[in-house]
Amino acid sequence: MSKLFSDENKAAFTGPLNVNNPITVQVLGICSALAVTSQLKPAIVMGLSVTVITAFSNVIISLLRKTIPNRIRIIVQLVVVAALVTIVSQLLKAYVYDVSVQLSVYVGLIITNCILMGRLEAFAMQNGPWPSFLDGIGNGLGYAAILVIVGFVRELFGFGTLFGYSVIPESWYVSNGGWYQNNGMMVMPAMSLIIVGCVIWAHRSINKEEK
Amino acid sequence: MKLNTNGNVYTFCYAAVMVIIVAFLLAFVASALKETQDANVANDTKGQILSALGYDKATIDVAAEYEKNVKDNVFADGELKPYEGSFNTTYGSLIKNGELHVFTATTAQGEQAYVIPVVGRGLWGGLWGYIAVNEAKDKVLGTYFYHESETAGLGARIGEKWFQDQFIGKPIFGEDGNVALTVTKAGAAQSEFEVDGVTGATLTSNGVAAMVKDGLTAYKEFLGAAASEPEAEPVAEPEAEESEETNVEQ
Repeated sequence: MSKLFSDENKAAFTGPLNVNNPITVQVLGICSALAVTSQLKPAIVMGLSVTVITAFSNVIISLLRKTIPNRIRIIVQLVVVAALVTIVSQLLKAYVYDVSVQLSVYVGLIITNCILMGRLEAFAMQNGPWPSFLDGIGNGLGYAAILVIVGFVRELFGFGTLFGYSVIPESWYVSNGGWYQNNGMMVMPAMSLIIVGCVIWAHRSINKEEK
Repeated sequence: MKLNTNGNVYTFCYAAVMVIIVAFLLAFVASALKETQDANVANDTKGQILSALGYDKATIDVAAEYEKNVKDNVFADGELKPYEGSFNTTYGSLIKNGELHVFTATTAQGEQAYVIPVVGRGLWGGLWGYIAVNEAKDKVLGTYFYHESETAGLGARIGEKWFQDQFIGKPIFGEDGNVALTVTKAGAAQSEFEVDGVTGATLTSNGVAAMVKDGLTAYKEFLGAAASEPEAEPVAEPEAEESEETNVEQ
């Protein structure tokens, strides 16, 4: 057991959550951070799906790593990811149809997520299956954390709701004689880049000493 | 023996074997699961029709309620005839070929209704929906819309109840006898024919507007719009191209 959770393995898991966060430090997965963060729920669904897929594709590539021909390794990685995502979505469609309807929009976004390819190339190609699994989980959760922050800010200020429930009292709104109005800018994808920028700023100033 | 993983022969063999394995795996999964998936899709389609009728498809036994409340008909030669074939899950090509399905049904509130399937195009992919109209065929009783791949949190919100419920009670035809029911920009709906679009998803909202218009126009004869008809187009090609300038999604 002690070997399973050695310091190195722990670092593979906790690193991406903070000091080596995929979005704020490695700058991977920015595109999907734009696409699915206008509300909290899709942000969480996307975060969890990426976590699961990254972890398992990391394990598969890590098991194959010694056999993969160097010159076509990216193609092999892509095939593994695409096959995995397709099979998972087929299984969901057969056994939990409602979930698959919810996820169908994300499937394409998951396959092309840079975090997957980035971690396969940077970690799973050099490490064993267990550390790779932890690395995948860690990166997925690190990614999900940023998505949730951005989704929270955008949904709160853009729609006045959280998880679809109104949190801003109706009487505050201008239309009801109040003073408040939802910020339409927040709904635009560009705004999520600005929020990600602010998160990176905060993150770097907190972690200044460690660099 | 140490493999030379950089050799040409090895690379080719590896790629070939990998492709064969993956292809076999995908084909196997797809064919093994096809039956259950098709059953799910059919069941979900029935659920969508019931949704347009005001039922909550998440809480009812879809198959039983459908059996009880909905009848599948085809509109031909000016009258409705019961449809005998197996249940369809996509209606786009059927409508194009002039096979106009109309579901006669009772709504959750016990009203008589006709449900009309409509198909259209959003920003990234297909849209479809079901529109329930009242017995007099002049008002909407309920709608259900869904999409293939609209942006989550923006265009995908056409699948949410608040958007669909806006259509309830709206009149369909304007004074000139054409379909006047439409979707405007978010918050701009004024006349009784207009419905608010989704903020930040102008093109998807336009897609819904076009779908509703073309879809109902295709059923004009059934709906019996009294006034002059210019020339009844079969479902007009959706004109919204992906590269329009107001593209704010993604």
